[in-house]
Amino acid sequence: MHFIKTRFNYLFTTTKGLILVAVAMIALETAIWGMLSGPMAEMGVREIVIKALGMDIVQSEREGRIVILYHSIAMAVVAIETYMITGLLAMREFYKKAVRVLITVGYLMAMIFGMGFAYFGHNWAFHGLYITGLALIFFAGVLLTIALNPWDPAYRLPSPDGRGAGGEGLPSPDGRGAGGEGLPSPVGRGAGGEGLPSPVGRGAGGEGDYARTKSGIDLERAAFFTTALTTVISAIFGAVPGSFFGNGFEVFLAENIIRLPEKTTMEYSIIGHLHIMLALIAIMITLIIGRWLDFKGAWHKTAMPLMILGCIVLNLGVWGVVTPLEPIAHMIIYVGATPSMLAALFLLIWSWGKLIKDGTAHLAKPTFLQKLAALVRDPLKFGPTWQMLFMNFTTSGIGIFMAIKLDDIFRLWPAREERIELTGHWHALSAIIATIILFYYGDMIGLKGKVRQIYGWAIIFLSDLALGAVTVFEMKRLFISEAEQQPLVNLLMYMIDFGLGFLLVLLAVVMVWRLIDLFKPKGRWTEEAAHELAEEVAK
Amino acid sequence: MKRIILTLGLLAALLASCAPVDLNPPVPVYDTGVDPNAWVQIPAGEFYFGQHNEVAYTDAYEIMVTDVTVAQYVDFLNAALADGTVKISGEYVVGFYPGDPFHGKKHEIRIDPGDYLFVPLNDPASRFTFDGQRFAVRPGWENHPMTNVSWFGAWGYCGYYGWRLPTELEWQKAARGSDTRPFPWGDEITRQHANFYASRDPFEDMSSYGSLTTPVGFYNGNTYDGFQTVNAASPYGLYDMAGNVWQWVGDVQPQEGFSDRLMHGGSRNTYDMDLRIWVRNSAPPMYYGPAVGFRCGR
Repeated sequence: MHFIKTRFNYLFTTTKGLILVAVAMIALETAIWGMLSGPMAEMGVREIVIKALGMDIVQSEREGRIVILYHSIAMAVVAIETYMITGLLAMREFYKKAVRVLITVGYLMAMIFGMGFAYFGHNWAFHGLYITGLALIFFAGVLLTIALNPWDPAYRLPSPDGRGAGGEGLPSPDGRGAGGEGLPSPVGRGAGGEGLPSPVGRGAGGEGDYARTKSGIDLERAAFFTTALTTVISAIFGAVPGSFFGNGFEVFLAENIIRLPEKTTMEYSIIGHLHIMLALIAIMITLIIGRWLDFKGAWHKTAMPLMILGCIVLNLGVWGVVTPLEPIAHMIIYVGATPSMLAALFLLIWSWGKLIKDGTAHLAKPTFLQKLAALVRDPLKFGPTWQMLFMNFTTSGIGIFMAIKLDDIFRLWPAREERIELTGHWHALSAIIATIILFYYGDMIGLKGKVRQIYGWAIIFLSDLALGAVTVFEMKRLFISEAEQQPLVNLLMYMIDFGLGFLLVLLAVVMVWRLIDLFKPKGRWTEEAAHELAEEVAK
Repeated sequence: MKRIILTLGLLAALLASCAPVDLNPPVPVYDTGVDPNAWVQIPAGEFYFGQHNEVAYTDAYEIMVTDVTVAQYVDFLNAALADGTVKISGEYVVGFYPGDPFHGKKHEIRIDPGDYLFVPLNDPASRFTFDGQRFAVRPGWENHPMTNVSWFGAWGYCGYYGWRLPTELEWQKAARGSDTRPFPWGDEITRQHANFYASRDPFEDMSSYGSLTTPVGFYNGNTYDGFQTVNAASPYGLYDMAGNVWQWVGDVQPQEGFSDRLMHGGSRNTYDMDLRIWVRNSAPPMYYGPAVGFRCGR
């Protein structure tokens, strides 16, 4: 009993345990459902899986199944990000626990019952439980937003001169507090008020200054808050039309109606929802990575206001598609996307600079090659921002190119070609977000030495190979005709299958290792249970 | 040594991917026994339209049992060239089209009255040749569906004989009959039902030219050199309403400002999900491709 209790407590009450469960669930679902399409379907594996698992595949319900499949994976990713946020940022214990309980129960219900409903016959109780799961995640989002309130005096940052923020406050006894009652937090970054468990150590002085307003509002926290708030609002843009279409089961995939000039408000809402949710997940993981790496200094001070501004404008543009602003919504979206992407670029510049600086600190005058070696020395810290850069090739670059050349090139091709580009580029973005999570996960589970190098570089090499091939596949009509494409398609498919296949194998190896570790009385899990993410920031 | 082998292997794979593909490879010749000149009567009445089974109505009409074949289209080109209905313009065969209404909507293409591309002349993927005087079928492709034909070319062919392209409603009714089946033959699809991507028919070599067209009416229950097919006719007896080639339908601007033309049926080059009756594809009317054909209605 003690054995089960201790493991259960690790898996469902600690940050790293919760993340492990969610990663394992995604890995399992991806491995099984990945066999239903693409080359696996061509090889006949799909039929075997369908029969072996007793799936009930109705042709007319494919779009509905896919919508539930996407949601079940996305909810687990949102849960992982939420665990990271609640592990990295200071918040009241009640909120931390409530958010985690709600989102854990929510995503597990959405995943298990959603997939049960979609693929294993229509058990309507399952459908109800799936919707309940999504609702719980929504409420977790509402609570998280409240918990992140940046105006709360408890979370204000001290001014760089060490004085407490907010006028009345004096520095806390350890010199890092920020007014209020001046109670220091246990580990650092004291914030007054209730003596919050804020282990971040983001004090003032030295290089350690962060983006803040004059009154001490933590702009990084404000960026997290803005992203959480807009995510909750944007979820409504999916929930309302989801109920509208779902009640009659007139489900559709947005990429299939993209060329129709007349769309209903509900259809626009769905299109806006799917775009903004993925963008917000990407913005949130950028903020998380910044916090993990302890993003600070001048670049931080410039990036955070841009992140907030970009996030708000981007959302306003997307929400605008269901208003009379629809004709100019895309323009607003571009205006919003630019500062968001600039903020990510600033994180990249700062983090690469730091990696180089830290890695060449022992050298008086490092050469270019020595700097390069320092930059790539730790693939887990280099990987996230590298992937953000790579994303410009697979997603942003493609998107901008398509937008510029839509009428001249892409709309002259069949709609199915355009669909390949649309679905390809957002699948690539999703995969990139997943790899960034895996980099951070690799660090938080304490991978060291050769294993860390192999794990990190395998993720970079395998995912970039696969996603690079996906990008060429999407754009192949630019340089090869349909009649001549097969050998090129074959090569690209090999690259995609090799990259994604071995990436999944790598993930499976990690998951098996973690499973075995759970059986050890003094396994790594016991260490992980004792440390919160915030304690490990920028180690 | 290992690195050299790996590098050489990768180079070989890259070179193989760039190797030219024989776009007109020798293909087996089969007589399917299905007459491409046959028509079938579809009665007036309601049917289930689209994925969500909306009840729709059509008047009675006739529709071709198969796609228009290369041989049929070549006959048309020779006759139409002789009487001036079509003419050669540079690298294309063109014909007159009276134009579409233009609303100035975003992404809308202006199509004024004028001559438009019917088929390209020298596309290596085309199944016909032109010697400057006469069009001829490339040997072996006579009873394959006509491809590399634009919507204008399909519209021109049907109109030349006093027919027309079927509307989307008519096409779906002919494919589906009176129930809600996803495929013309029923609920499930196997490799014996239709020609789709990696369906392993005798006209497919995924290591070089990929999936080619099959003769019209190929999936009729016959066995071809050991390849057993299922009779995949629709309830009204139409063949190839799923797979082989996308089929242009006749609707012009089903939505104001939508200048694309719709296609249905999926093709030899798409996954089976695109073979479901309601799945739409579309392209501008001047588009032509090696996996797009048509049939006529009247």
